[in-house]
This record gives sequence, structure tokens and C-alpha cells, in this order.
Amino acid sequence: MNEEPLLSVQGLEKHFPVTKGLLQRQVGAVRAVDGISFDVRKGETLGLVGESGCGKTTTGRLITRLIEPTGGKIVFAGHDVTHMSQGRLRPLRRDVQMIFQDPYSSLNPRHTVGAIVGAPFRIQGIKTEQGTKKAVQEILELVGLNPEHYNRYPHEFSGGQRQRIGIARTLALKPKLIIADEPVSALDVSIQAQVVNLLEDLQGELDLTYVVIAHDLSVVRHISDRVAVMYLGKIVEIADRKGLYESPMHPYTNALLSAVPIPDPKRRAGRERIRLQGDVPSPLNPPPACRFHTRCWKAQEVCRTVEPPLETLAPGHQVACHFPENVAGSLEGVLGGTASTGAVPAEAAPAPEGGALA
Amino acid sequence: MSFLELKDLRIHFPTDDGLVRSVDGLSFSLERGRTLGIVGESGSGKSVTSLGILGLHKGGRARISGEIWLDGEELVGASQEHVRRLRGKKMAMIFQDPLSAMHPFYTVGDQIIEAYRIHNDVSKKVARKHAVDMLGRVGIPQPDRRVDSYPHEFSGGMRQRAMIAMALSCDPELLIADEPTTALDVTVQAQILDLMRDLQRDFDAALIIITHDLGVVAELSDDILVMYGGKCVEYGTSEDIFERPEHPYTWGLLGSMPRLDREPTERLLPIKGSPPSLINVPSGCAFHPRCVFEERTGGLAKVEVPELLESEGGHLVRCHLPAERRRAIWQKEVKPNLEAS
Repeated sequence: MNEEPLLSVQGLEKHFPVTKGLLQRQVGAVRAVDGISFDVRKGETLGLVGESGCGKTTTGRLITRLIEPTGGKIVFAGHDVTHMSQGRLRPLRRDVQMIFQDPYSSLNPRHTVGAIVGAPFRIQGIKTEQGTKKAVQEILELVGLNPEHYNRYPHEFSGGQRQRIGIARTLALKPKLIIADEPVSALDVSIQAQVVNLLEDLQGELDLTYVVIAHDLSVVRHISDRVAVMYLGKIVEIADRKGLYESPMHPYTNALLSAVPIPDPKRRAGRERIRLQGDVPSPLNPPPACRFHTRCWKAQEVCRTVEPPLETLAPGHQVACHFPENVAGSLEGVLGGTASTGAVPAEAAPAPEGGALA
Repeated sequence: MSFLELKDLRIHFPTDDGLVRSVDGLSFSLERGRTLGIVGESGSGKSVTSLGILGLHKGGRARISGEIWLDGEELVGASQEHVRRLRGKKMAMIFQDPLSAMHPFYTVGDQIIEAYRIHNDVSKKVARKHAVDMLGRVGIPQPDRRVDSYPHEFSGGMRQRAMIAMALSCDPELLIADEPTTALDVTVQAQILDLMRDLQRDFDAALIIITHDLGVVAELSDDILVMYGGKCVEYGTSEDIFERPEHPYTWGLLGSMPRLDREPTERLLPIKGSPPSLINVPSGCAFHPRCVFEERTGGLAKVEVPELLESEGGHLVRCHLPAERRRAIWQKEVKPNLEAS
């Protein structure tokens, strides 16, 4: 499996300037994405999770080049697309497509379904053998819509069906990589499951690669092969699904997982919880060094002064933390699951970076 | 009589396209100190029910019939003015989106003070002190300073805390929370759920929590009411609903939901189709076009609306299939598929 990754992101940054006054002098920057790196292999699904304001949507928009990166590098299928011009980017656009969150605002209400799903053909100037209409109808069928709906307008469809129209448009040109930004969060529970299943079926049939951006940790676990957790513009942990959900190393990942309400009334009493205090700090002025230290119960002096690098602590499991949990061989790993001790500050464990790697 | 009792409540809205039967014959009761979770998808009538209890449909176009008894008083027939006096004092509501539920021109403190002074004859100074106390109780740091902040100066979680402070400022006996955590991040949601649980214990209020998230309901509720197409399809204790659910719709909801506490399943088991339009509610059982087990009723589900009948020990189910048969289907056909092999 030493193939070239389909998508490779290295040190990607996006800073939105904050300006003030008549001369629009720049007084600061929102560091929405601040140096993230990850690879996406062909055929896999990478989940990107985090709370609002962590930069996950910005990351999706950077990869699709809907916004211009401030720094770093994006390599897609061997092409460096970081600052590629729109003209040169256009042929590549058919390989990278996006599914949007809101099926109401992402479809033009004055266009028919046929025009919406056929637009990629028109824009890319692609002629199909039996004509665009036939091609569009085939795609509609593929996503579980009636091909006879070709001439209908978006308002005639329910939320779930609209999301299918959006997915059909995405698939029109047989892309390689699909960025799905909260593809199911606007849908009802029963419809969410339909769309999740559809995405999985399409992946099998069309050999697609997904980057799924979502805040719902259970949906992400269901759909992803690997998961990256973001906090304030940084990736704090990235691992395969099993590693991340069963032995999370970063305290933030632990806190996120323990905050998810579990639909089992019997476990309500017995469950130990990590309760984070307060809210996510503003990305305009993020805390220095480890950005999570203001809310972390394990924070020590070193967390306020030295930024922890994203290091590989287990095969395929990278974490950016000075005091990671569930690390085989470290003191905390031996003591067993500090995850359940809640807000008790961790005892002064020896800096585990060395120990863990040994 | 229970503290809150709804009897055959119907809330219909006449529109140009036809009559929308948002709530169509809903009955339940709730005691002080208990929490009822109302679960349903969009358009199931759960929010309309909550606004109906608060009397917020009065004076509008809604046609309301049935009875709502709150602490021995009937509210459907009561005057607007009378219900208005109860609102805030006797019953209060926490809305989903605190940014649009609060007035952007007034400080958070002013809004709490206003509500408090309407129901209590006190000076501004006393009311302000009360507002600071309430903000402190819901966990807002430096409440004596934050009382003078505007809603936009608060973060989402803080705003929801301020909303809860406002709702609780007059010590209501019935509190309705409509999707109280849907707009919040998961770590903040956990904080708010904890807060609501603690406050309910302290205030001994009756709490109705309305949500589409079965996880949230399981965290807070004693009893759960599942709504579909304006009707209650299943009602029981939270153990009944999560461990012995008997309605195919409840099974469908449980199968649609990926769960963190279990091994991941290969596939989710969604409900086919989409929720019904409330203008053209399907004939017979409103759920029959989406129901996997509809054929086993021998066509009855298509023509006749099933009654909400007791299965055992207060567990009510609206389904044509006999209770033993439902239990057998759950044990043999549905439950095994929900757990990963």
C-alpha cells in the first residue's frame, strides 16, 4: 500500500485578515486553519471532526480551492494545486467535487433538476454519447431519484431528495475525490441513514474517495476509515477509526467522545464523564503553545510554553499532545485509562514522548 | 389529576392548500419533578404541541380543541389574558435558537428583570439582584458584570444558559425545552444537559424536552413520547422505549442512528420514504407507507387508524399488530440487526 496518496495536504494555512479603519489597515488575522497536514489515500474515507470554528469547513473549501490558501501545499493526484490559476484548475475540477450541507440553499430554485445536474456537463463542455439528458437521468437513477423528475424544480422535493439531487450533481462528471461538508446534518434522523447508506454504496460502485466533514461523531465513525480531530485550526489527533474511537490519545478527543449523549438510559448513571469547562477560545487570538491548554485538565506548564508537535505514537496514529493517554508503554497507559478520572489533574508524569517511542 | 394533563388535543391550521393537522388527538399526563421527552422528526407536531400548551397559538389562525389541564386549570378555553399571566410564572419555555429568541437591543439582564417584574412586585434593584443570582446559578462567570452584556456578546452556550436563567427566573412549575441543545456543539451540549438535570432537581419542576435526538432524550427523560404525523405512536418509560420498543417507527429510528456505544454495524437500517405531509396524512395508520411490517396486518393498516392501546404497565403503542407479535418481531427480527454481528 505504498501508493501515492490521492490528496496530500502539507502545512496548509488560511488566515482571514481583520481590517480596521478607513484605510482598511490589517489589525489581526483569524487563523482559521493554521498548519495542518494529512494524506488521503485512494478509495478511503477520511472524517474531519471538530466543534464549530475549528476550521474544518475552511479546510474543505481550501482543498476544493474555493478559497485561496495563505500558506502550505495541496497536492492532488500528483498536481500541485495550491496556487494554480482558475483556468488551469478547471480540468481538475471535474475530479474534485463538493457536497454541501444545506440542500435548500445549495440548489438554484429557478433551475430544474435537469439543469442543475446537467450544469457540470455544460460548464466543462462535455458531450456524452446519448446526450446530456440521458446521462443526467442515469445519474438520477443512481442516487435513487425518479428519472422522470428531470423537469421538476427543487421546491417540489423533500430535504432528503434535495440532498440526493446535490449528490447527483456532484457525481455527474465521475469525480475521484468528493468533499462532503456536513452532508447529513440538515436532515431528519430517518433520512440521514438513507443518505449515509447511499454515500457508502456509491463509494463501492464508483470507486470514490471521500473527505467527510462533520460534527456528529457517531456519523463520522460509521462512515470513515480514518478520522482527524481538529481544534482551533490544528489537527490534534489523526488515526484509523478503531484507534481513534477505542483508544483516543488526545484529551480533547476523549472529552468529545465522552460528551456524546448515549441513547441508553441504563448507562446514564454509571457513565463517567469528562466535562470541559467554557467554550472554544476565539481563533482571532488563540491560546499560545498547545491551544487546548485553557480547557485541558491535564495541562502543565510545558503546555503553555511549548507547542506539542503532531507525532506518531502508534502505527498510523498521530497525536499533538505533551501528555497523551492510552499510549502503550507510558506510565499512564500502565495505570490504565486516565480517561475515566474526569477532571482530576494528572500527576506529574514523565514527559511521555521519549517513553512512548522507546 | 396529574399536574399537567392533555386530553385529545387537536391543533389544526387552515391553509390555502387544505387543513394542516399538526397535532391530531394527543393525550398525556406529567407529574411535578418528572421529565417527559417528546421525540419526532420535522413536521411530527412536537413543537406545535409545546406552543399549544403555552397558549401561543391563541389569537392566531389555529383551530384548537381538546383540553389542557395545568394544575387543575383548563387552558384551551381560558382567555388569552389569563394564559398570558400564567406564562413565565407557572410555565416557561426554552427555545432552540437563543439568538433569535432574545431581543438584540436589550441587555440580557434587562430581559430577565422585565420578566421578573411582570410577575413580582419588586423594585428594579431587587429584580437586578435576582437576575445576577440566576445568571450565577446557570454557571455564567462574573454574573454581576455579564448582566449588562447584550446577547451578541455571549457565545452560543452562554446564551443558552442565559435563556435558561430567564426561563427559570420566576420559578416556573412547568418548563418546556424545545430542542434546547440542537444549535450547540457537543461539549457545550453536555454542559447544558447537566445543568438542566441539576436545575430540575433543585426546582422540582415538570420538564418537557422536545428533540429529534434520541441520545439527548435518553440522557434526561423519565418517560418518552414518540410522535409521528401529529399523533403519539408510542409512549412509555425510557426503558420501555429503548429496551422494549414496540412500534415499527421507533424501531426505524433506532436503526437509523449510528451509535458510539456499540460496535459499528456494516449498514444503517433507515426507514424508507420520507415523513408524511400533514395535509395529506396517509389513510389508516399514518406510518403504513413506510412500515416494513405493514403487510402483516392483512391490509388493516391501510384503512383503519390504530388505537393507542396499553401493551403492559403503562407502555402505550399505536399499532395494528397484536402485542405478542410485536414483541416477537422485536426480539427475533429487529433487535439482532441493530447489534453488530
